[in-house]
Order: sequence, then structure tokens, then C-alpha cells
Amino acid sequence: MRLSNKSATLLVLAALIALTPIFFPSSFYYRVGSLIFINGLAVTGMVILIGYAGQISLGHAGFAGIGAYSCALMPVHWGIPVLLAAVLGAIISALLAFLVGRPILRLKGYYLGVATLGFGILVYMALTNEAWLTGGPDGTQVPDSGLRDAAKAIGINLKNSEFWYWFCGVVLMIGAWLALNLYVSPTGRALRALHGSEIAARTVGVDVARYKLQAFVISAVYASAAGSLVALQNQFVTPDIAGYMHSIEWVTMTVLGGAGSVLGAIFGAGILTLLPQVLTMFAEYEQLLLGLIMMLVMIFMRDGLLPSVLRLIRGKDE
Amino acid sequence: MSTLLSVDGLGITFGGLRAVHDVGFSLQPGEILSVIGPNGAGKTTLFNMISGIYHPGAGKVILDGQDVTAMRPDLLARRGMSRTFQNLQIFQNMTVLENAIAGYHLQETGSFMADLFSLPASRARARTAKDGAMELLARVGLDRAAETEAGNLSYGKLKRLEIARALALNPKVLLLDEPAAGCNAVETEEIDHMIAEVAKSGVGILLVEHDMKMVMRISNHIVVLDHGEKIAEGDPATVSQNPAVIAAYLRAEAGADAGAAHA
Repeated sequence: MRLSNKSATLLVLAALIALTPIFFPSSFYYRVGSLIFINGLAVTGMVILIGYAGQISLGHAGFAGIGAYSCALMPVHWGIPVLLAAVLGAIISALLAFLVGRPILRLKGYYLGVATLGFGILVYMALTNEAWLTGGPDGTQVPDSGLRDAAKAIGINLKNSEFWYWFCGVVLMIGAWLALNLYVSPTGRALRALHGSEIAARTVGVDVARYKLQAFVISAVYASAAGSLVALQNQFVTPDIAGYMHSIEWVTMTVLGGAGSVLGAIFGAGILTLLPQVLTMFAEYEQLLLGLIMMLVMIFMRDGLLPSVLRLIRGKDE
Repeated sequence: MSTLLSVDGLGITFGGLRAVHDVGFSLQPGEILSVIGPNGAGKTTLFNMISGIYHPGAGKVILDGQDVTAMRPDLLARRGMSRTFQNLQIFQNMTVLENAIAGYHLQETGSFMADLFSLPASRARARTAKDGAMELLARVGLDRAAETEAGNLSYGKLKRLEIARALALNPKVLLLDEPAAGCNAVETEEIDHMIAEVAKSGVGILLVEHDMKMVMRISNHIVVLDHGEKIAEGDPATVSQNPAVIAAYLRAEAGADAGAAHA
């Protein structure tokens, strides 16, 4: 029997998450791994927005900021448990995406890019400047989520970095599963239709504004969850999490890996998270090499790394 | 017989240019009404106004007794209007089958959450749409190409795919903008039969087509446009004898010849 694209992607992802630690020389790599999974989660949300619906956002780190700071502030100010705060953060992100998305998703292309960029910068400024609430540019503490202790209580005793590796890995699996469900569903089809031809999508009855908004909201929830994971793992957050460079990184990972496919984008997240670690040996040339690699991929592999490589393997006819 | 679609005094100007002016006609269920005229006569512009893509500057569009002038295309689709495009509007990023399934959007769409969690209800909706789409593809002879990327299909096949997608909506009114353009004689005849068959099932068909033989063969009623205005209407025999129509076409042809001579 031929595996569906969905099962194949999930299997490959599960195998990678489960087997890679065999090759880890030190526990430091568990930390890099969890960082890849967190970026992978955010980027999976970007695939829904960019790859399915064909819309751009240069401000999604703003939602990560909201997810992260919800975990930091709600427990301290309102006595809300950290995990519940993460859920509330996702709900706030969704509501905000709904409110912001309605007017700005009328824009197209560059204009939408600039508008979303503005939104991200707004969140970053608020987190930086409202020091009485957020602790300002120096950041703030996040209370222990108690997740690791809970795992201990049921007999799973892991080092901190190992625990977060597995936890983020599981969350990424869930995120990927949902995104893949969406792809083949009527909603996913409507999103891809409006990406292909907005005018034709309208004439078959797709309420284009509503579907764009859905993609924007769901991707904001992914970004918020990614931000919460960073906060939970580090037990510390700074406004940098909402910085525009972070947003642009996510878009780059998505496009570099292959915006149309969940696995491709996660692959892109992996590469762009790892490369800076590998390139540190070139010290001052690190950024230069990173930029060069990105340019080459975009020039020679316009569909993104993974889809292009797969096509090479399968032969040119595919 | 109750009128399905009536167009009354429809007009639009683009930057001072009167592209369409005071055009009106009515379409009955099961009728094939063709809009003909020389290039630039305003046929596609008329279609775009009726289907809600352009907002008319004047006039009314009545569908099933309700005023639907300048209504959003997706809402018109809900009310039973469906169309194809002169310059293809295919979802190039999807397979042939998915393009056809997209035509079932209104039937297969449901709860977002059900889709996200792939609940049985969502899968059942998608399966019904897929079955319908496969049947339609078989009807237009594209079932064997179902899993092909739509972008890889030939022009003639894409034309048929667009018709299949438009039929998937199960429309009351179907607007076909040059369905036979770029098709060979055999393909044209196939499209002919298909249109006649669809009309027989009670759908009102509005057709723009350059293939005059086809228009004369299948139309019940013809509306002739020239420079954005209606210059004649009637059954094929009457219209083809109309001096104003002949003059308009001769003038257009003379213009084309003059253009060719200059080139």
C-alpha cells in the first residue's frame, strides 16, 4: 500500500526526532534540537499562511512575544498557572490576529508585508517600553511550569535539556499533524485555491477574506505556542523574542525549506538553526556565508531545498 | 416560463471610455443565449459585471427575481451562478482532481475545527466532493489525468477542466467565456454536446464565443454587441441576416486587414 503524504511526513518526522539523539556528542545538542523544534513549530504555522494561502507576514514574532510574555506575566500578576497562561496566550494571539488581520489582509504583496512588519514592531516596542509590566529590555523571569517534575512523578526522569527536547518534539508532531490534516481538508483546499487564483476561488464560492483570516489566526496560534515553549524552557524571556529579525528568520526558514510542504519548512528551520552553530568556526564570516547560502538556494532551488532535492532524487519527470 | 436571469440597462465606463452601455436581455431556464460581437465589443466586460467582478456604473442584474447587482462573486455562487474565464483561471498549484473538487467548495465546506482535527465529518464531506469530482472529470474526459498537476495540461484540456469545475457548483446560470477557444474541431464538438446537454437539464447558459459555426448551431437566442452597445438580438437565423450585424463584422474584419497591411 502506498503511504499517504501525511503519514509519510509524520513517520519521517517521528523517526528524525526519535533517532537523532543517538548521534549527539553532548547534551548541548538536546538544546539545539529543542530550538529547532520550536522554530519548526512556528514555521509550520507559516506554511499554512505562506504555503497554503499565499499570504505573507513579517510580524509573526509579535505573536510569539505574546505567547512568551503570557507565561511570564499572568502567573505573577494574576496567579494563573503557567501552562494555563500559555493557553490563554494562544487565545489572546488568536483574538489579536483576528482583529489585526481583518483590515490588513485586504492588502496584498509588499503592502501586506509592511503592515505585518509594523504590527510585529509594535508588539516589540510595547514589550520593551512598558517596563513596569514587562521588565523592559532586560527581560523577566518565567515561573517553573512544573512539567519536568510531573514527568518525574510518572517515572520519566530526564535532564532538563533532554526533557525539553522530547517535549518540544511532541508538540511539533502535534502541530505538524494538524497542519497536514488541514492541507487535505476542504479548508486547506480553499486556502490553496485562493493562493492559485483569487478570482477563480471567489467564483466557486470561496469567501476569500474569511479564509485568509483563518490562515492568519491559526498561524498566529502556532507562533504564540512557539513563544510559550521558549519561555517555558528558558524560564526567562526578553523582548527580542518579538523582534522583527525573528519574524524574518521564520519566513526565510519557510521559503528556504519549501513553503508548500510542512516537512520542507521544518527542514528549513533545522538548517537555519544549525548553520549558525556550524559556521561559528568561520567566526566573522558567519553572516556572510549564511547570506550566500540563502541566495544560492533561492536562485537555484526556487521551490525550496527539500522539494528540489526530492525532485532530483526522483528524476526530472516528476 | 419564469425568467432566470435578467440584465437591464447595464453599463460601465473605464477612465471616460464607455466600455458597455445600456445592455439588456433576459435568460430563461434551459436556454442557450450567446453574446457575440467583434473584438473589443465589451463581451467579457459584460460577463465580468454580471458575475460581480466589476461593479457596473449603471443598470441592474436580476437573478431568480432578486437584485444581485454588484454582489460578491462568492455570494453569487451561493445563489447558483457559475462561470469560466476567457483567459484561464486554473489553480495551477493543485492537481486536476483538486481543481474539480474546488468546484464543490460550497458543498464540502464545514467546520474549521473538524477540518483541523480531521474528524470523520470533515473526511466524509471531502470524500463526497471527491466522488462527484471524479464523475465530472469522467464526463469531460479528464479522469485519467486526475492526479496530474493542473499546470501540465494542454490548453484544450484546461478549458474542459474549467467547465467541469463550473459545473461542480450545480449552477442555475452558467456563464461560459469562449469555452472552445484554442480547441480543435473534435474538442469543439465535444464541448458543443456538453453545453447542449447541460442546457437540457434546465440550466440557463450565457455564452461568449468566437466560433460562429458553434454559436449558430447551439444558440436559442443571440445578443450582438458592438462598441459596448447592443445592436441586435434574436434567433440565429434573424441575427445572421441583420444588416447592422453584418456591417459591424465587416468593419471589424476590414480593420483587421488594414492592421495586417500596416504590419
